Amino acid sequence: MACQGLEQGETVATLKKETEALKTKLETERAKLQDVELNTLAEKIEPVGQLNIKTRRILKGHGNKVLCVDWCTDKRRMVSSSQDGKVIVWDAYTTNKEHAVTMPCTWVMACAYAPSGCAIAAGGLDNKLSVYPLSLDKNENLASKRKPVAMHTNYVSHCTFTLSDMQVLTSSGDGTCALWDVESAQLLQSFHSHTADVLSLDMGPAETSNTFVSGGCDMKAKLWDMRSGQNVQSFETHQSDVNCVKFYPSGDAFATGSDDATCRFYDLRADREVAVFSKDSVIFGANSVDFSQSGRLLFAGYNDYTVNVWDVLKGTRLNILYGHENRISSLRMAPDGTSFCTASWDNTLRVWA
Amino acid sequence: MSNNNASGNLVVAQKAVKQLRLEASVRRMKVSQAATELKNFCLQNASKDPLLMGVPSSDNPFRPPKSCSIF
Repeated sequence: MACQGLEQGETVATLKKETEALKTKLETERAKLQDVELNTLAEKIEPVGQLNIKTRRILKGHGNKVLCVDWCTDKRRMVSSSQDGKVIVWDAYTTNKEHAVTMPCTWVMACAYAPSGCAIAAGGLDNKLSVYPLSLDKNENLASKRKPVAMHTNYVSHCTFTLSDMQVLTSSGDGTCALWDVESAQLLQSFHSHTADVLSLDMGPAETSNTFVSGGCDMKAKLWDMRSGQNVQSFETHQSDVNCVKFYPSGDAFATGSDDATCRFYDLRADREVAVFSKDSVIFGANSVDFSQSGRLLFAGYNDYTVNVWDVLKGTRLNILYGHENRISSLRMAPDGTSFCTASWDNTLRVWA
Repeated sequence: MSNNNASGNLVVAQKAVKQLRLEASVRRMKVSQAATELKNFCLQNASKDPLLMGVPSSDNPFRPPKSCSIF
């Protein structure tokens, strides 16, 4: 029987004790740093002025629940994916559909636009992530150009291209995240630590672009080093599935949305939660969150069909945005911060500005 | 693999301890300092945040312009 590198006297029991001791130590170390609350520091800041955000476009065309949306770097195109297997590329200014492809599976939970704007990726219940090159040809048969890149042992929940079209990061119901080379479809790095489905991931902004954060059904949010595959930091304060994770624009913090009806804000350098966005009246899970360009506003889409706008520094809710007729599955800020898009189970997408 | 369960538990426990040791050794900053930096980032970039500040209709491609130009 191979017992790898057991030190003298080490057994499962002694290791378990050490685990508990380390967990307690982690908690005390983190608590020592809690010398002030973020919202206390923010008391003297001027409150946010009246926000005039409304639905400006409604994109209709999907025949079933829209599960994911991503913007193109050109700030006007978007790709969205749906329960019925359709992936559509839209021009958000005109609401025209530019491309459409039907995936060989239903529940396409993940879609992403390549940084160059020349390709899209999509995946879901087929356990794969496929990349489709986009062309200007109106008569293209996109489905025939499908290139499978990633292969998981359970559904693909989220995906993103890294800094270029060459690599994609995926998260999966199999509890892992993975980094893939698009050209060769090779697995470059896999990330193991979550003990349940991983539902979401977000890459750090350019300055911190070799890290990403993930959230899962084990109620944890984790920070990873992309090169080593190491789970560098772990955050466990949510009381239910973490549905969404998003980096703060500076890259030093991130927000999460969870089925426990709260959104939380974690600082990476303080290694702890620094704010909770919740209200007694908010009882539905938050599915997707994103920051405004300065990081002052956090937009969160919930299962009660609304978007709540939170003041990140003061921890207060500023606005509730109504419009969708079913739960919001995905919410993404446009690359230039002028608008954001929501995808919903009511089969539509809305652009708000 | 008849002994898998016993050695499996051990490997899992070893991994958990290794991971926690790593996480415990992370260098941390005080919340007051970290939060101050977050706050400063917000305030410095606030003027460039279109959703926060609001932009005039003419600049925002999603807001309908007041008049249509017909060519």
